[in-house]
Amino acid sequence: MKDLTPEILELIRRTSTNLPEDIESRLRDARENETPDSAARKAMDTILANVEMTRRDSTPICQDTGTPIFFVKLPDGWSARDLRKWIRDAVAEATRLTYLRPNAVGSLDGKNTGNNLGSKYFPTIHFDEVDEGPLTIDLILKGGGCENVGAQYALPDDRLKAGRDLEGVRRAALDAVNRAQGEGCAPGFLGIAIGGDRGTGFVASKEALLHEAGEKNPDPALDALEDRITKEANQLGIGPMGFGGNSTVLGTRITAEHRLPASYFVTVSYMCWAYRRRKMTVQGDRVSYS
Amino acid sequence: MDHTLSLPLSDSAVRELKVGDSVLLSGILVTGRDATHKWLTDRFIHPTETASPEEQRTLTELRSLLAGGAIYHCGPVVAGLETKQYRFVAAGPTTSIREETYQAEVMKLLGLKAVIGKGGMGAGTLKACGELPAVYLHAIGGAASLIAKTVQEVLGVYKLEFGVPEAMWVIRVSDFPAVVTMDSHGNSLHDGVRKHSTTELQRLLA
Repeated sequence: MKDLTPEILELIRRTSTNLPEDIESRLRDARENETPDSAARKAMDTILANVEMTRRDSTPICQDTGTPIFFVKLPDGWSARDLRKWIRDAVAEATRLTYLRPNAVGSLDGKNTGNNLGSKYFPTIHFDEVDEGPLTIDLILKGGGCENVGAQYALPDDRLKAGRDLEGVRRAALDAVNRAQGEGCAPGFLGIAIGGDRGTGFVASKEALLHEAGEKNPDPALDALEDRITKEANQLGIGPMGFGGNSTVLGTRITAEHRLPASYFVTVSYMCWAYRRRKMTVQGDRVSYS
Repeated sequence: MDHTLSLPLSDSAVRELKVGDSVLLSGILVTGRDATHKWLTDRFIHPTETASPEEQRTLTELRSLLAGGAIYHCGPVVAGLETKQYRFVAAGPTTSIREETYQAEVMKLLGLKAVIGKGGMGAGTLKACGELPAVYLHAIGGAASLIAKTVQEVLGVYKLEFGVPEAMWVIRVSDFPAVVTMDSHGNSLHDGVRKHSTTELQRLLA
């Protein structure tokens, strides 16, 4: 198979520098919803000017290019071992070219590896073998500010009066947004996983972020809850950057996974406004990006 | 109010700044975040290790660069590492609250008049802002390339062994945009927003 390192490097460049259109469109709506001359409105103006600048100049939207998280769908004929090597090579080269900041820090010695290559989870690569279809690689760059405000709740939660049902999920999600305040770089987006274990809950909540903003959830109850959480989160008035304002959360996506009888986790991944997500599709010799 | 400010700042210039004011800042800034604050604390404020002569020299130089100046909570993307012809590519703020434990003492150690970051800080920093006086300036998180454009020159770097994001980069900025969210009069925009949102949350969960 052809070495895909250059194509994966291009995926990283696009993800770091070119904000997806669905996200930018939500940011533009958010700007309109803020009072003229308010700090919130000015913050949105700055954000949108930066989005245009980085697309034009091919520079990182945010200096915190996060942990690169790859989701690879692998049909027959491709090797996970090859892909891991190409991805790691592309990440190191993207770091040298300043599309990525060197972010891999040894937890014991505090040393930065300088090329974003760390132990087995850095960069993070999820492989999923598929029976048919093209090879696809989704990439999310999620910075540390928003990663730090992610939260996991084990329901029931007495303090929130959150039981093991969708009302409990709503309570947990709104609590997470209030705790985050502006620290996750609001206005943000929520990926929520119900169920799983502590590990898979966080993986699934990030996978939920691969969906386009506003894409309908096939489960009507979850779809309604997504809209309600987004609407109510905005009633908190935290606003862009936590300056106070009308736009705090611009979209919510919920996924439900199987769980143990004893566990009912609600896992909230908070994605900052710099929602860097791109996809690469390989069909035969043809590579396309979206 | 909009202010155009040149560093270093005088006490009277600081006292004029109020929560909600927009500022355009010009002059010399030094970046410093988690490793810097911990290092300054462990070597000079509550020493757990003796500072080497080189570290002493670094402190002396930082004090001279930052008297009346501003520290910027930022871990930039920097080009030119191989040639040492450094250039800032992306340089938005990082979350400030992680430095809350250290911030007030670091402000006093270095003679800071401003702390720049995002997300706001806590009671200890707010108190120090009143005493010194000093302000907390909120930059726009994620607006990294736009902010990097305000960096005219990289004058040097300390502690590059901390890694690029954690090193102390000495930069000259022109019209760096920020908002005053904690002032020297005891006001914090963040306290007000948190109080409001928590009341709203209680209503939504009633």
